[in-house]
Amino acid sequence: MIIQFICRAILLGVPLLYGSTGEIVTEKSGHLNLGIPGIMYVGAISGVVGSFLYENSCGNDIAAMNPFFAVFIPLLCAIVGSILMGLIYSFLTVTLHANQNVTGLALTTLGIGLGNFLGASLINITKSELPSIALTKTSSFFSAKLPFADDLGWFGELFFSHDFLTYLAIIIALIVSYVLNRTCVGLNLRSVGENPATADAAGINVTKYKYIATCIGSGIAGLGGLQYVMAYASGVWSNNAFGDRGWMAIALVIFALWKPSVAILGSFVFGALCNANNYIQGLGTETQELFKMLPYVVTIIVLIITSMRKKREHQPPAHLGLPYFREER
Amino acid sequence: MEKQPAIQLKNITKVFGKVIANKDINLTAYRGEILSILGENGSGKTTLMNMISGIYFPDEGQIFIDEKEAVIASPKDAFSYKIGMIHQHFKLVDVFSAAENIVLGLDEGKYNLKASTEKIKRISEQYGFELDPEKKIYTMSVSEKQTVEIIKVLYRGADILILDEPTAVLTPQETEKLFNILRRMRDDGKCIIIITHKLHEVLSLSDRVSVLRKGEYVGTVNTRETSEAELTEMMVGKKVDLNIQRDEPKDTQERLVVKGITCVDRVGATVLDDVSFTAKSGEILGIAGIAGSGQRELLEAIAGLQHLSSGEILYLNPKTNSIENLRDKTPMQIRNMGVRLSFVPEDRLGMGLVGNMDIIDNMMLRSYSKGHTLFLERKNPKDLAMKIIHDLEVVTPSASTPVRRLSGGNVQKVLVGREIAASPTVLMVAYPVRGLDINSSYMIYNLLNEQKAKGVAVIFVGEDLDVLIELCDRIMVIGSGRITGVVDGRTATKEEIGLLMTKSKHSEEDAGNE
Repeated sequence: MIIQFICRAILLGVPLLYGSTGEIVTEKSGHLNLGIPGIMYVGAISGVVGSFLYENSCGNDIAAMNPFFAVFIPLLCAIVGSILMGLIYSFLTVTLHANQNVTGLALTTLGIGLGNFLGASLINITKSELPSIALTKTSSFFSAKLPFADDLGWFGELFFSHDFLTYLAIIIALIVSYVLNRTCVGLNLRSVGENPATADAAGINVTKYKYIATCIGSGIAGLGGLQYVMAYASGVWSNNAFGDRGWMAIALVIFALWKPSVAILGSFVFGALCNANNYIQGLGTETQELFKMLPYVVTIIVLIITSMRKKREHQPPAHLGLPYFREER
Repeated sequence: MEKQPAIQLKNITKVFGKVIANKDINLTAYRGEILSILGENGSGKTTLMNMISGIYFPDEGQIFIDEKEAVIASPKDAFSYKIGMIHQHFKLVDVFSAAENIVLGLDEGKYNLKASTEKIKRISEQYGFELDPEKKIYTMSVSEKQTVEIIKVLYRGADILILDEPTAVLTPQETEKLFNILRRMRDDGKCIIIITHKLHEVLSLSDRVSVLRKGEYVGTVNTRETSEAELTEMMVGKKVDLNIQRDEPKDTQERLVVKGITCVDRVGATVLDDVSFTAKSGEILGIAGIAGSGQRELLEAIAGLQHLSSGEILYLNPKTNSIENLRDKTPMQIRNMGVRLSFVPEDRLGMGLVGNMDIIDNMMLRSYSKGHTLFLERKNPKDLAMKIIHDLEVVTPSASTPVRRLSGGNVQKVLVGREIAASPTVLMVAYPVRGLDINSSYMIYNLLNEQKAKGVAVIFVGEDLDVLIELCDRIMVIGSGRITGVVDGRTATKEEIGLLMTKSKHSEEDAGNE
């Protein structure tokens, strides 16, 4: 029961981990990307479209599908789709100096609209009775477990039974953490988010760093959407099922104090909190809704604690949300 | 020995929109010398140096480094020519350590902070810097931050160093320390260019002086063969009387008595610690101290903008001879009590005036509550605005121009004019001449003297110790939120004040060591 609960929490937490790792990379360049929910949504639908096309081209026959392509095509589609969204965001906010909050919110609206449009179109094509598309074949490739997981009892279930995107999320978070703290590139990126004028004077290409950080961040976030559809939802796409996971990912950034390594644990905590209502007996519908608020309540508590502790290292990048004009120094 | 020209500028011109920032500038700096670039605010010194350090690109003209033409299109290019600039506003990342800031943007291949730290320590020893490479910037004093900036450019192997107003934020002692380091670098064969508008520093430090005026090059003189008067004339374009008049205070009475006020800021740090003093009518009380030692909080506390945790502020009303306690009153309550307090804050367009409103509307900020009808009364503010524009020679297209479009000096005149027009009994001014040219500065000094003659208690927070010593009757020194001494403006020396400025800091450090 406990093992199951933890596994479920991890499964729920992984999209958040992708989203927040992506958002951390973006925020470290000084850009508050509130478009993350939209970007994750687009990442999800791009993957769905990719796998839909591939499944159809194989005649919906699982035997004809090549496992590599079945995974690679949706993966690539999700990354490309979300990076395109990231490009729109960075063009507007970096090159045109548009307000980051407004741009981000617009992008979220756009992303969700786009996702619903494509989703509805696919449902229309399949002439499905249900308002959803099932890509269970592709999903089976995504959620393939490690072969020896079942032999190791609870240990195997806890550590080896997850889909490969879960491990990838943790690896990406660790790599991002390493790059941010232990390399020149990371130092440069952090300086861009803290004080772009300083970075500029030090000979760092601020615009380039902002673009690349935003796009890579979006790409990572998009994978979160894909993981949700393929692993969590077993390949079933229905419009708006993604819910508020994108916002939760942004809340997780604050919870994790802008540290990807903390975000790994944080995502599991969030996953557990989201899921707690299903494991507590005898809750009414209204109490269940209260439980769903828990991640946000925890985020607010973390915000209060960190602002009371006033440690500068725990604050957001100093130049977060502000446009950088070279001539205005 | 014949000196090698390190950097030569030929016919450099830079235009921003319609403003000509630099016009046809020719300049040479040699190795093994300290060259001062002297000029008033807005004379184009910083723009010129920004072109050498790659932040701006000249519209016309050429730059030669070691007698070879150089194209400096970016800060990176500047590094490759071994040019390093120390900006007036430090370009440091607060949450990084000194070492991280120093290696920032460097392409050394591997990221190895340990090796970098060793190199930083070697450089520090060579020139006599004191720096802990692991210390975070936001815990550093201004002087330490400057040290980081200088080591940053030395680390990159710079041998042409440009310093933009390096002493603006230092105490006299720290300044002397910096000058010794710069002299050591000069003797080491480096070319040092220092931008400044402080004449005495030019005279004590540099080998030659180049003067700019309104974006144009006026000339270069050897420091040994020149005088303050000659340099001022070159800088301003006409002879200026550099003496500030100071009359004996007449008929002084206690006006404002501050007793043991303590103030804690948002983060919980004590910014004012048991501050007591008396301001008298008919005298100018100067407040000296390193920037951020509590000057702002002190003035704001008196003006009713800071919450105090203890102490009281007593105002002795000359009309009624009653004593009022101003503690924890809002500015409006203070005014309604009949206390005529005027405040010229250091943040002119943030706290003093509203940038997007015109001069008349800004006048009304102080008088809007006087009307008795439903509609605003605009006649008197308009007359006042016209009077200030006329009396103080404010350069503005009209009284309905948004003040944000005026130059710094004119903004300050509008603000001081408005505050003085309220015929105050206590006038508090914070850094009133910051960013002003010499003529405007002297006009402000004269206005303060006029108020003093009228029997106003003037409190003047300044940064230039020479001015404080010349203008003020008494000078109170504040260090880390504590009053460390009050000296007589007529007999005090800069060294004495400088020691007081750092006094409380040192005593704290001593206590910590024990």
